[in-house]
Amino acid sequence: MLKEHILKHILFTAMACIPLMAQADDVAQTIINQGNKQGAVACMACHGIDGGGNAAGGFPRLAGLNQTYITHQLQSFRSGKRNNPVMQPIAKALSDTEIEQLAAHYAAMPLPAIAPAGGDPALLRKGEAIATEGDWDHGIPACFQCHAANGAGIAPDFPAITGQSAAYITSQISAWKSGARANDPIGLMKSVAGKLSADQVKAVSTYLANQPLTIGNQK
Amino acid sequence: MKNTIATALALTMLTVSGMSVAAGTPQSKATVFTPPSEATIPDDEYGRTIRMGKNIFDDTQHYAKQYVGNSLNCVNCHLASGRKPDSAPLWGAYVRYPAYRTKNNKVNTLGQRIQGCFKFSMNGKAPAIDSPEMIALVTYAHWLSSGAPVGATLKGAGYPKLAKAAAAPDFIRGKTVYAENCQICHGVDGEGKIIDGKTVFPPLWGSTSFNWGAGMHRIDNAAAFIKANMPLSKGNTLTDQQAWDVATFVMSHERPQDPRFTGDVAQTKKEYHDEDCKYGDTVNGKVLGGSN
Repeated sequence: MLKEHILKHILFTAMACIPLMAQADDVAQTIINQGNKQGAVACMACHGIDGGGNAAGGFPRLAGLNQTYITHQLQSFRSGKRNNPVMQPIAKALSDTEIEQLAAHYAAMPLPAIAPAGGDPALLRKGEAIATEGDWDHGIPACFQCHAANGAGIAPDFPAITGQSAAYITSQISAWKSGARANDPIGLMKSVAGKLSADQVKAVSTYLANQPLTIGNQK
Repeated sequence: MKNTIATALALTMLTVSGMSVAAGTPQSKATVFTPPSEATIPDDEYGRTIRMGKNIFDDTQHYAKQYVGNSLNCVNCHLASGRKPDSAPLWGAYVRYPAYRTKNNKVNTLGQRIQGCFKFSMNGKAPAIDSPEMIALVTYAHWLSSGAPVGATLKGAGYPKLAKAAAAPDFIRGKTVYAENCQICHGVDGEGKIIDGKTVFPPLWGSTSFNWGAGMHRIDNAAAFIKANMPLSKGNTLTDQQAWDVATFVMSHERPQDPRFTGDVAQTKKEYHDEDCKYGDTVNGKVLGGSN
């Protein structure tokens, strides 16, 4: 049909004009939706269409995280410094360029609508104390001392820790404790995680998952 | 010893058992002390003043901004709201004042000592002794010291003094230590990190840091603080040598002028800097203290 032809023509012209950045973004969007046909499955299957993650599955939010941080994580999955049986083969199937493109894409995505998860008030208060004051009797600094006020993160090394599920936060602290995750700069999180008790991990994870996602990672 | 903090440091080296670990320090027992829990702050005017003091201490930029001339907060050098042992806790200082200080050749009250913090470490103006801010800070320190014996040497007061470095502290080695352990938070130019007007990681040198009169510009003081407390949550992981080297590196950069500046760097150095510091020295072709 003529109309379709014109539309295609317009689309083609537009495509020819868009800069390389946008083409890269198309590649990223394709991988997110369909995978890369090289073994990397569709990101959205676990991380959601909006990049908001999946709380029940413990899959993290990616949308709005810092680009350098995301790149570093994918490279860490690949190298095994972040030892994760699901993500390792996916990261290995991604090229360096694809990793860069995905990181740029997710960093630029709008913050997803993630509702505060709620929780037992006493547990939330305990978690709040750790997040805002720390537990210096046990050498534990406040989360927000490095991850900034409200856990918004400080690019590039200190990621946002709000807008993540309690399951994800808990799993990461466990991974630092066990050494499965060993990609933190100068071992800061390994040091902190090692000092957190199981009760404290539960409290702080619950608290962080209950914080409104008002601001994303500091760019 | 240039000031009372340094004296407190030396005394702090004594352990509970009374075993002296620093040569030349008198034998005495250091008392173990635990400050009260925040939950016990009373709900009355005294309690409200304590809380105000804690607010000023944690967020000096906001609660005492008219007295602050840089980007620092008290808590940057006195970790955990002034509670943490080996990080010059307020409870360690409170019981040791009034005390004689060679820095001004006088007996100073705690209030006067805190005025010094504002003048030098905060590169600002001293709040009056009877100002609401000073009353709140002293009240907070008093409450934190509840139950501590007056005049006692408390274990964890001051910063634990480091033994002399095995090798002469070195700027170049310090630069490497800095890049590997400090830069992630404090930045490549020591500028720290300020987000939405809030200092998340304090600047260590430059125009927004403490001035040349602050106790921390002394390398022995800085090395002691760094060894015991840095990187944050990983205190005592650097070697003594690394602490000396990185303190030398950090304190060999320019910072705001000493408020006691006489108009001449060499003269100011002679008069006020007979200590372990780089003020007035030429580092990388520039006289420190000479560019402002």
